Amino acid sequence: MSRNPQLGRNGELVHLLTLEGLPAEVIAHILDTAEPFVSIAEREVKKVPLLRGKAVFNLFFESSTRTRTTFEIAAKRLSADVINLNIGASSTSKGETLLDTVDNLCAMNADMFVVRHSQSGAPHLIASHLTTMGRSYVHVVNAGDGRHAHPTQGLLDLYTIRHYKKDFRALTVAIVGDVLHSRVARSLIHGLTTMQTAQVRVIAPRTLVPARIEALGVKVYNDMREGLRDCDVVVMLRLQSERMKGALLPSPGEYFKHYGLTDEKLALARPDAIVMHPGPMNRGVEIETAVADGARSVILPQVTFGIAVRMAVLSIVAAN
Amino acid sequence: MKIEIAQGRVVDSAAGIDRVAPLYIDAGRIVGIGDAPENWRADRILDARGCVVCPGLVDLSARLREPGLEHKATLESELAAAVAGGVTSLACPPDTDPPLDEPGLVEMLKHRARTLNQAHVYPVGALTAGLRGEALTEMSELAEAGCVAFSQADIPLVDTQVLLRAMQYAGTFGHRVWLRPQDAHLARGGVAHDGEVATRLGLPSIPVSAETIALATILALVRESGVPVHLCRLSSAAGVAIVRAAKEEGLPITCDVAVHHLHLADTDIGWFDPLANLTPPLRSTRDRAALRAGAADGTIDVICSDHAPVDDDGKQVPFGEAETGATGLELLLPLTLKWAAEDRVPLPEALERITRAPASVIGIGEATLAAGNPADICVFDPQQAWTVGRQSLKSQGKNTPFLGLEVIGAVRWTLVGGEVVHERNGKD
Amino acid sequence: MTSAGLPDAEAALAALIARMLPAVAHDAAFVGIYSGGAWIAERLAARIPGKHPLGFIDVSYYRDDYALSGLKPNVKRTALPFDVGGSTIVLIDDVLYTGRSVRAAINELFDFGRPDRIELAVLVDRGGRELPIEPTYVGERVAVARDLSIVLSRDPGGTLSLGVEPTSGVA
Repeated sequence: MSRNPQLGRNGELVHLLTLEGLPAEVIAHILDTAEPFVSIAEREVKKVPLLRGKAVFNLFFESSTRTRTTFEIAAKRLSADVINLNIGASSTSKGETLLDTVDNLCAMNADMFVVRHSQSGAPHLIASHLTTMGRSYVHVVNAGDGRHAHPTQGLLDLYTIRHYKKDFRALTVAIVGDVLHSRVARSLIHGLTTMQTAQVRVIAPRTLVPARIEALGVKVYNDMREGLRDCDVVVMLRLQSERMKGALLPSPGEYFKHYGLTDEKLALARPDAIVMHPGPMNRGVEIETAVADGARSVILPQVTFGIAVRMAVLSIVAAN
Repeated sequence: MKIEIAQGRVVDSAAGIDRVAPLYIDAGRIVGIGDAPENWRADRILDARGCVVCPGLVDLSARLREPGLEHKATLESELAAAVAGGVTSLACPPDTDPPLDEPGLVEMLKHRARTLNQAHVYPVGALTAGLRGEALTEMSELAEAGCVAFSQADIPLVDTQVLLRAMQYAGTFGHRVWLRPQDAHLARGGVAHDGEVATRLGLPSIPVSAETIALATILALVRESGVPVHLCRLSSAAGVAIVRAAKEEGLPITCDVAVHHLHLADTDIGWFDPLANLTPPLRSTRDRAALRAGAADGTIDVICSDHAPVDDDGKQVPFGEAETGATGLELLLPLTLKWAAEDRVPLPEALERITRAPASVIGIGEATLAAGNPADICVFDPQQAWTVGRQSLKSQGKNTPFLGLEVIGAVRWTLVGGEVVHERNGKD
Repeated sequence: MTSAGLPDAEAALAALIARMLPAVAHDAAFVGIYSGGAWIAERLAARIPGKHPLGFIDVSYYRDDYALSGLKPNVKRTALPFDVGGSTIVLIDDVLYTGRSVRAAINELFDFGRPDRIELAVLVDRGGRELPIEPTYVGERVAVARDLSIVLSRDPGGTLSLGVEPTSGVA
């Protein structure tokens, strides 16, 4: 395996591209840094001047209002200047390549790129291009690439789990749903295994489990009832609507029957188990409303923590 | 022009020769090994001390990008690359733009190649019109124009009825059929081997069954029709096992592997290196071991370069959007030598995989140094190391996963038809 | 005086209290800058009569050397459990030197509201200001070589003491 491209010479975090290969201390440092940021939202002036004068470009080649907004809020609470670019339809259709776009924005003195792209590895490509062009002072934060990684989502999931459950080494965590296409699942799996979580399970039909996923340190369950037994944390994944019918799954209804989270299935987990979801939810497809809005759901706190975690990532990366 | 290649180690498996001896060339042909012809007086003597003298390399798959894709490469650049790599004959697949499905295109290509007077170019014609897998091409016309075989290049023929008929029709007239086994549906959208690496990196994947199913289909049709087929670019251990069994069964098949598959595996994708995006995909290290063993025991007859010059625009994009392929003509010899050295395959046998065996698949005679044959010869220094780099490659396509690697084995002279068409100093 | 020419911290604290007692407003909030200033603020709140809400401030997010030295680990949570708008605040720090921490603290206070008045109390003032900042109350004035930092520590019994160490990075 080649050197982890997101770490600098002294092991400092220069880019955040994936949680794979990040040392546990780096992850813990991000989570620790996020903690005091949570309270900034309670101030009269909801911002601190850490990134004043820095230009953060939200470079979204795949539209996602929610993720873009949380990054925007995080950057603005750090007093950065935020420029939003939804490139999905504009430049690439005019023949401009991804790296052309990056070079152009560098010429506008970007300090940081927050990148969302439908192709796995696009943020890595940008990071290595910046190095080649002698612009390694420009930072890249992956906001989701293809099926590969969504590291800030993984970190906010870890933050949420640590907030409610403290010690990863005592936990059983189940990730339920479309693992095959899920960058959220991949990032969370790497994060959980790095933090020495006792057991990480994935629960899905065989059509939605990627090859040799066990090599990532997880145990695969096809039967949700079996997989939920004695879990401390249940993470539900979003099922994209285009995958609800076709060769992967016959129908949303049948999916819900087997893999939808209901109070009855949740009863198999530990009594104090928490329920998470990266959002946006498909109520009645992967999760029933009673659970989503129930006492064990920590889905809304996840959103709050998400901003603090992204503030932590932006401020750590920008300083290195 | 009389040329004497002096004091080289002459290695020619066809003629059963492996000894240090002078080789004499006159009027484009080899006129003797060891004993000089009467009244011999060389116009030029090539001092081949320490070098290996072998038949010119024959490559089963080298994309020259003409017609239609000249921004990626031209005949001039790629034929210069061929002779720099010791390749004196090459077959080019029909996936040009437009595809080689009309005699006029083939004649033009042959004509262009002849005027350049470098390596011999043997076009492979399209098996179906436009490579669309629907209607047969005029194979006899194409063969007259110069096509040595017919294939679908990397585009699978989905309709098995058309495939069977294409084989039957080609077989009727003795045309060669080359097929790359890949199931179109299982490979759909995939860019990497279906294994741990693709799962980690979140890359859409292609299972091994895409190859084995297609192999089983082709072999069933070979059994049914009796038409011989050459199988292109094996990538998996399971594929090698199927071919081994089919050969034991006596089916009339041969097969090849791309030389990069003998050295790389999916782990070489690293963090999304687009240079490692190849067709078929790099598979597991276990598959690579089986391919190497298959090449050593002869289950795999031929090692080819699968040369595909891709420009930077095609590679400086995210992995899944990258054009597949790598430049390879200049790496065929050193990478074959590397495999042979690592797996202790005797030199004559290794050279056989890139000379005599591919010549026989194309059907262009023996590729031997026996007296009377055309003097298509490669003289290389088996000790000299060089580094694969953008400057050192003559091909217009500079992209290969081996960039930066030091390889051993440098071509000193290449002769085509008795003329020195490539020459390189002993020391860089 | 200690060997490095530093005053005894407890004596300096007593001197600071003596200066504040007759002058400080009876309802002034005491806000200590982490970590040394926070210890002193606790001691002052216990010793100075009146109704003094106690707050703590971590100026890490407001420092001007963030681009040079990054974010230090374990940033504490700023806690100001009173209404900053319209209040009188005594900002409290252990050592006053360049004035940059005080500048950061004032900026941070203003992000919580508009105080009526801010005063500054420091245990020791070592001079060397790089900003036009003047303390309202000073325990002791000292002179220390530029390449040394003054460090306040607290033993398990709560007793404060001053020491010096070589300056690492930015003051």
